[in-house]
Amino acid sequence: MTSLPITLTINGHRHELEVDPRVTLLDLLRERLDLTGTKKGCDRGQCGACTVLVDGKRINSCLALAVSHDGAQVLTIEGVAHGEELHPVQAAFIAHDGFQCGFCTPGQIMSTLGLIAEGQAGDDPERIREGLSGNICRCAAYGGIVEAVLEAQQQLAKADRRTAA
Amino acid sequence: MTLELSLNQQPAHARQGSSIGQPLTRRDGFLKVTGGARYAADNHPPGMLYAVLAVSSIARGRVAALDTEAAKAHKGVVEVMTPKNRPALAIDPDAKDNPFMFRLDLLQNDQVRYPNQSIAVVIAETLEAATEGAALLSPRYEALPARVGLDGAKSFVPRGVGIGGPAVQHKGDVETGLRSAKTRIEATYETPAQYHNAMEPHAIVVAWDGDRLSIDTPSQGLAMAQGRIAGLFGIAPENIHIRSPFLGGGFGSKGMISGPQVLGILAARLVGRPVKLVLRREQMYGPVGHRAPTRQTLRMGMDGEGRLTAIDHHARTASSTFDDFFEPAADASHTLYASPAIATSHDAVRLDTGTPLFMRAPGEATGSIALESAIDEAAHACGMDPLEFRLRNYAEVEPMTGKPFSSKALRECYRQAAETFGWASRPLQPRLMRDADGFLTGWGMGTATFPALMFQAEARAVLRSDGSGLMETGAQDMGQGAWTAFAQIAADGLGLDIDRVEFRAGSSDLPNAGIAGGSGHTATAGMAIHNAGAAVIARLADLATGNEASPLFGAGNEGVLARGGRLYRRDDESRGESYAEILMRAGLTEIEAHGKGAPDPASQETYAKHAHGAVFAEVKVDPDFGQIRVTRLVGAFAAGRVINPRLVRSQYYGGMIWGISFALHEEAITDRRSGRIQNANLAEYHVPVNADVPSVEALLVHEDDPYVNALGIKGVGEIGITGTAGAIANAVWHATGVRPRRFPIRIEDLLG
Repeated sequence: MTSLPITLTINGHRHELEVDPRVTLLDLLRERLDLTGTKKGCDRGQCGACTVLVDGKRINSCLALAVSHDGAQVLTIEGVAHGEELHPVQAAFIAHDGFQCGFCTPGQIMSTLGLIAEGQAGDDPERIREGLSGNICRCAAYGGIVEAVLEAQQQLAKADRRTAA
Repeated sequence: MTLELSLNQQPAHARQGSSIGQPLTRRDGFLKVTGGARYAADNHPPGMLYAVLAVSSIARGRVAALDTEAAKAHKGVVEVMTPKNRPALAIDPDAKDNPFMFRLDLLQNDQVRYPNQSIAVVIAETLEAATEGAALLSPRYEALPARVGLDGAKSFVPRGVGIGGPAVQHKGDVETGLRSAKTRIEATYETPAQYHNAMEPHAIVVAWDGDRLSIDTPSQGLAMAQGRIAGLFGIAPENIHIRSPFLGGGFGSKGMISGPQVLGILAARLVGRPVKLVLRREQMYGPVGHRAPTRQTLRMGMDGEGRLTAIDHHARTASSTFDDFFEPAADASHTLYASPAIATSHDAVRLDTGTPLFMRAPGEATGSIALESAIDEAAHACGMDPLEFRLRNYAEVEPMTGKPFSSKALRECYRQAAETFGWASRPLQPRLMRDADGFLTGWGMGTATFPALMFQAEARAVLRSDGSGLMETGAQDMGQGAWTAFAQIAADGLGLDIDRVEFRAGSSDLPNAGIAGGSGHTATAGMAIHNAGAAVIARLADLATGNEASPLFGAGNEGVLARGGRLYRRDDESRGESYAEILMRAGLTEIEAHGKGAPDPASQETYAKHAHGAVFAEVKVDPDFGQIRVTRLVGAFAAGRVINPRLVRSQYYGGMIWGISFALHEEAITDRRSGRIQNANLAEYHVPVNADVPSVEALLVHEDDPYVNALGIKGVGEIGITGTAGAIANAVWHATGVRPRRFPIRIEDLLG
């Protein structure tokens, strides 16, 4: 296959790449850029383990061809914390035991970030459950995930109020 | 939750004393929420190639042709491995010398014995080229008719079920018991084939260096995997290094090394370069095990007071045509309900499927849903409340053997769960409750149980002159929290604050921690850790009590306590000194000792050892469309000593949600004509998502067990499924008046 040139900004770093048009964004991250935090659970858009934010929106990176996102801003799990300082969503996942094996966790967290940005779930657990139902957790840590999202939203809202003041 | 968080937020040194029992958050939490935890497929040694399996699209027959030339001609493809060029093995992959050795499909011939069996491996410079190469093979087959379903072949009585238990057992005479009964029930229940579907597909990254092997692959049993690979390749086990620090779920499917993993090793040998092989999701429906389907018939007799006079539990199950694993479903009736006569029996058919395997609560989960449904039917037939009926038939000793229980706080589980759930206001008759929206509402219950098993494990403990400690064991964390719980046991065993303990696990070059399975890993490896800690403390105490310069001189080994990095005289705690002082005086930088964990044969003989629990479920059913929702689950479990309540609760939640899945979601559907699985993907093979799980509560019931092991640990990983699935089925009956007899429960079974 003839490779095509693309530019992606991933976690704030600009990458100029030559990419086989068959390569998915997920495989590009994992196999070429050593950003292996994003996981492949099904490669068919059915499990959500590969969720990343592209231009601020959550997508299944296994269903996205890298070449079709030329110029995009990509945020992966590796770009969420600031060094040792965890994002409130990450900290809340630990505090509420929102994972067991951890394989779906990067996707759950990226999906949570997307959900919060969408501003649709509020503090309604039922809407959070619905909004995160594209992310399967076979260990079934769902209760902890919902608690974590509720707490993280509160923390973020508090931080926003402080910033505003 | 508030209390737990406040406890957890205190620094470790402020907690004082025991780490065991503290609801610590996961020690691997930071890695897991930042993407820093490296699972097998995240590795990428230099020069690595990608291997992709081509799998059979027929269930039975032979591969007549493969277009290897087309695959090889594709740019980037390096090699195609088929039966013709597959490197030799030291033993036949179909050889079997113990029940834990499963026959593997390693391209030994052109035969196809189940769908999704590996028929070739394409190795390429990129994943895309390997994937396309595999598609270009365009296999042609000579197919034979597939044997499908529990009536698809002639049945027979297997020599053993589960891990070699007798297929047929009885005590007393069930026919006499049934004849003498005032009330009788008989019912048949069907459970489907289920696939583990861990989120992490089986993956292997392999590099050969001469006859040495370096492997990253998820394994629930590192030493067993090492031994199996050593046998297949004719190399020494110590030349094989397997790393499995994190499993992306296992549930039994990563207990044994599977055929595709070994094919990755063969592919690396063939091309002389490191290779990564990752199963595609649909390829997990065949070569990596599944839970076999069952059809179970229960007959029960009850006297005028609702006491059981007989339980007869028969299970039909299935294995593959070429290997043996028989789901021991009927054995669920051995342990829960008192009856003068109990008979359990199994028969089986051989089908064109991959070999079934242990899947979370193998036998217990399948058996429990049938037994708990039948008990509910029996209670109703006697006009009794299901809880009252279970208490009337409460087993004071293990029914099948007559052995006393090492501990059994089931009555307390019933009490706490019933009270929390609000069971007392339940109407006896079905179809009497509706919610404000008009949904039929039902309440059901089930009893949970799982044996307290132990295997064999070893650990190595080290105390260092800087006052820190090290504990090593090749334990496996598939999500249950081994990294944390074992560090807690290690901290107490070493008499150190947990912050001072380095804990190493997940690698085959560490002492053999046995298998993470059978809900026995925490007890088994935990006891090895505990004993290694005690042994190294004893060595340290020897150094101190034998030295005149020590304040502990003359105290004797029995006369010292270890806590917070210091030894104290038991009779005078004002006299003590730090580990560092003792080691430095002796001129040692460190001392080490080993410990083992194993079941105690004497208590094994004397006591029946099981964890117990009670699960209560509420369901709501749409009266017009039959749609079912589990709106509430409350479980109470007694499983001996709790190492970490936060992690244990998560195990119960997970198990209980697997119970929802068993009752309402999971089923692999086989096409009757082709023998292929029609829904081999996560869109059509349904597992619960977040929206399926509104409210789950797990209560931890206190239980001291002095007999299971010195730590008093039972196991918590599997018990949650048992009881739960039946409780949901019983709640569906209570809501609708329709008794579910096949699982998952279908809307159409509730209509009409």
